[in-house]
Amino acid sequence: MTSKDHSGGGSQLEELNGFTNPGLPEHKPRLTDSDPRAQKVAERQVALWFLLSMIGTIWFIVAYFLFPLEESMESIRLHTMFVGLGATLAMFGIGAGAVLWAKNLMSDHEGIDERHDIHGSEEDQAIALEILHQANEESGIGRRPLIRNTLIAALALAPLPAVLVFRDLGPLPGNTLHHTIWDKGVRLIQDPGGIPSPESERPIRADEVTIGSAYHVLPSGIGDHENTDHPINEKAKAAVLLMRIDPKELKEDPARKDWSHDGIVAYSKICTHVGCPVALYEHQTHHLLCPCHQSTFDVTEHCKVIFGPAKRPLPQLPITVDSEGYLVAQSDFPEPVGPTFWEINHP
Amino acid sequence: MKLLADRRRHPMALVVLLLVGLLLTGGAYALFTQTSSAKATTASASDIEGGKKLFAANCATCHGLNAEGTRNGPSLVGVGAAAVDFQVGTGRMPLQANGPQAPQKEPQFNDEQTAQLAAYVASLGPGPAIPEDQYLDASKGDPAAGGGLFRTNCAMCHNVVGAGGALTRGKFAPNLSEVSDKHLYEAMQTGPQNMPIFNDANLTPEDKRDVIAYVNEVTDNPSPGGFKLGSLGPVAEGLFVWFFGLGAVIAITVWLSSRAK
Amino acid sequence: MSTTQPTTAIGKAANFTENRVGASVLVREFGRKIFPSHWSFMLGEVALYSFVIVVLSGTFLTFFFHPAMGELHYEGPWVPLRGVEISEAYNSTLAISFEIRGGLFIRQMHHWGALLFVAALSIHMLRVFFTGAFRRPRELNWIVGVLLLIMGMAAGFTGYSLPDDLLSGNGLRIIDGIIKSLPLVGTYVSFFLFGGEFPGIDIVSRLYTLHIMIVPALIIALIGVHLVFVVVHKHTQWPGAGHTEKNVVGEPVLPTFAAKGGGFFFLIFGLLSLISALFTINPIWNYGPYDPSPVSAGTQPDWYIGWADGYLRIVPGWFEFYIAGWPISFNINSALVVMGGVFVAMFVYPFFEAWLLKDHREHHILDRPRNNPTRTAIGVAGIIFYCNLWAAASGDLIAVFFHMSLNDMIYIFRFLFFFGPIIGYMITKRMCIGLQRKDRELALHGRETAQIIRLPHGEFLERHEALPANKLWKITAFESPQYVPAEPNADGKITGAEKLRARLSRFFFEDRVAPVSKQELDASHHDHHEVGSTDQAQIGH
Repeated sequence: MTSKDHSGGGSQLEELNGFTNPGLPEHKPRLTDSDPRAQKVAERQVALWFLLSMIGTIWFIVAYFLFPLEESMESIRLHTMFVGLGATLAMFGIGAGAVLWAKNLMSDHEGIDERHDIHGSEEDQAIALEILHQANEESGIGRRPLIRNTLIAALALAPLPAVLVFRDLGPLPGNTLHHTIWDKGVRLIQDPGGIPSPESERPIRADEVTIGSAYHVLPSGIGDHENTDHPINEKAKAAVLLMRIDPKELKEDPARKDWSHDGIVAYSKICTHVGCPVALYEHQTHHLLCPCHQSTFDVTEHCKVIFGPAKRPLPQLPITVDSEGYLVAQSDFPEPVGPTFWEINHP
Repeated sequence: MKLLADRRRHPMALVVLLLVGLLLTGGAYALFTQTSSAKATTASASDIEGGKKLFAANCATCHGLNAEGTRNGPSLVGVGAAAVDFQVGTGRMPLQANGPQAPQKEPQFNDEQTAQLAAYVASLGPGPAIPEDQYLDASKGDPAAGGGLFRTNCAMCHNVVGAGGALTRGKFAPNLSEVSDKHLYEAMQTGPQNMPIFNDANLTPEDKRDVIAYVNEVTDNPSPGGFKLGSLGPVAEGLFVWFFGLGAVIAITVWLSSRAK
Repeated sequence: MSTTQPTTAIGKAANFTENRVGASVLVREFGRKIFPSHWSFMLGEVALYSFVIVVLSGTFLTFFFHPAMGELHYEGPWVPLRGVEISEAYNSTLAISFEIRGGLFIRQMHHWGALLFVAALSIHMLRVFFTGAFRRPRELNWIVGVLLLIMGMAAGFTGYSLPDDLLSGNGLRIIDGIIKSLPLVGTYVSFFLFGGEFPGIDIVSRLYTLHIMIVPALIIALIGVHLVFVVVHKHTQWPGAGHTEKNVVGEPVLPTFAAKGGGFFFLIFGLLSLISALFTINPIWNYGPYDPSPVSAGTQPDWYIGWADGYLRIVPGWFEFYIAGWPISFNINSALVVMGGVFVAMFVYPFFEAWLLKDHREHHILDRPRNNPTRTAIGVAGIIFYCNLWAAASGDLIAVFFHMSLNDMIYIFRFLFFFGPIIGYMITKRMCIGLQRKDRELALHGRETAQIIRLPHGEFLERHEALPANKLWKITAFESPQYVPAEPNADGKITGAEKLRARLSRFFFEDRVAPVSKQELDASHHDHHEVGSTDQAQIGH
């Protein structure tokens, strides 16, 4: 742990590839080492930075009162900026002063530490080994496998109750992922953002949905607390996108012919990849794009995947029109919505 | 001025600069069209006649002599004055070259010619008219309600504060910060290009006004946290920390470990 | 120390401490400990200091943040949300931003500091990798470093999800989708994490506990171990005159290194203050409250999670398949395999290289990256692999910026996923070998002086000047391991593993450039001697 202020002696020299280590180059003095005036200047420079730091701190306090937080965004911006610039100067001043002090005024002679073996001396190693042997001997852990093995087994078993304790982190999935609150006769209402209260629901009439339109849709009653405990959980599964396409352009599976109404189709908005809302509807190409991972679905062909990482098509919500002309669901989604999960085909 | 300062570090500063240039030259124009919109509702026969001539000279190649549509362009019967005002007023039409989508450029026609074209197309069949001024007065709108609607209906393409985003195969949803209130309204109403149509049943005129109020509120507010880095989210922030943050850090370390003279 | 009465102030203070904690041993041990000075050795400090700043600013934030998901109506100054139903977590984050004095500044410092922490950590690890500083005796400290990187990502992600805004909520939804893709247990893990169905009302408080307790505690513990190891091993040093495997040359802790290091902390603090004062980060007020139906264009995670998100984007959907109706969602969960693979590769690399080179000796002198071309090329291949995925996560933004097709971008990323690292490997290896040859040239023939001389018979030559001894040492004195053929083990048999090692080793040392030896240099000087003397004569005229 000794350090020397001059280049090392013979012990530091090494040979490699036939060359000899020339040793540390001669120390070149700085201006401040020889010139007292330069030293004085450097000293003042350091003090100046510390002074600037003080000014920064004081400015922080001044700015705190001079630019108070008010309701306006302008005031918040000014407060944040000026308080922050005060902190910047306060910190930079201390940092720059300390570094300049070290660079210009403290010794810049290179020191040398010898490296020592990381392992202990042979004697230390022997003693340590002896202690371990002794511990083994006195405890008998090597001699008494019964104790040792039962201890290992006990330790291995001990965390098991913790698993049980964590059981109540959440309910078991059951078949909740297979169902949404869509059901026969539930009206399609507009999604106003958030959860609409039952009074503010805006149901959708089929004749209002013009070709090229896209409606963001929720099931009626989602904000009704009698219906749902956690409307947001329901919304996470039940969000639907409703589009109207010229029926001539729809390539409908005959089995699903009556799931749409005069070119109006409804599909789950939850991506079958990892669950982002797929809502980028291009009304000329009839493509639906997920903004998170770029899965692309073709609405004219039952939202089959035409690009990207998703595998399954978006589930379709069968819809029809009730006696008043409003769009209603025929049933729940016939398949689970959202990302694939293990039990998806085994409810 | 703050708005400009905000954008200086924006990766698309050049584009924005161009847009600002456009805005300066087009600012008067925007005002012009605002005032002319009332006039457009009461189109005279001479307007329609003038529009028909302009149409024949500039639009008929693709849309057909009677706007019935050809293989190169859709029929314009029933698209209404609003669609024309938007497409021509933002310079998207007449189209210069085929591409994934029509880009915004400096409008080719002045406000009077645009109004004539709109009057002519509107005369071909009923369609959405140029919005009434009362629905363009953003001060009457509720930005909070508009925010909910914007996030649900618009943000997935245009980003939560209207910074724009990508669509499939080279198409994109444009940045909304420089779009006039009237053009915002008309775009919602007519669904230009691949944008879905939000008719008055889907978003009522009041809803549309709320959306406009929201867009104005978030694009005009002085960003409370400082420069916005384009409002592009974590990607811009990550790039900033790597290039500016670590760049500054390395400059400091080099200075710190260099030897004094 | 206690036998003589101290008179100076320092002496008195030292005496006071000494008689209570016996600090003299520590001061003697560490006070003049030597740290080498080089800019690239300070990157780890940047990570440490940003972590300290993140802890300080984070503590401030905990005083005001409510990790709860109960709903209330917003009534603060941000007009576009007034009256909107939002969660307590989101509300309190908005209050920190707009209603707590200095709150936005400190929130921004916390987030910028977190980004800088992981960035500095990464670049520090790159330095360690490319210079071979992970070799014995520092393999364990490398592992601690990789663990720190993982914990840094965990800390960042748990924090990103706390404000319960639209961006973080969609981020969590993606995590939920990834968890659900796990075979057999996925659905259960998801339900236990979220306290039921996504999003539920528990996730913010659960992540909060992890974010402010377990994860930072582990980071602090790992940093402690890391620093103890640094003290035990002493710092590595660059090759240079006077530097040997047996010494360490540099500045003593007291006073120079302490002043610089301490000052450096304040400079980093100042830099983060500057950034936080002027640049918005994570403007949650723009994003709005979490709602499962909306999403914003350009929904991305913070940069250090980006590569995982990028991977999710480029995998084709047919990676998902079904066995008797049970899904194997390899299009999603292979992201975990890839991330795990990268970390495992990082964990084992030091041991792999030691095995491959049969080099189990201690190394305290760093490799210049060019002097181990294959390792450097592997590192660059890794960087390209990572950066390609990282870029893929912002493919949509890149597409808009360059007016390209989003789909084409993804095809490019898919191509680069396989070929980018290979191309990077080959180019880097060639570059390193070229640089090594240039070094050889320089060592053998000296420095070009730009003085052209004409020989009597008309030939033009540039005069070269022999390098000074310390320069020559720097570029010639490096250890250059070479191909070790398969060797029989103690039983005299060549095992299959040994044959594999030999094959890999042959690949590793393909086109090896040997360092200049003294004999070569002497021989080359001999060649030049005649020309040299003619030079002298020529110049004399």
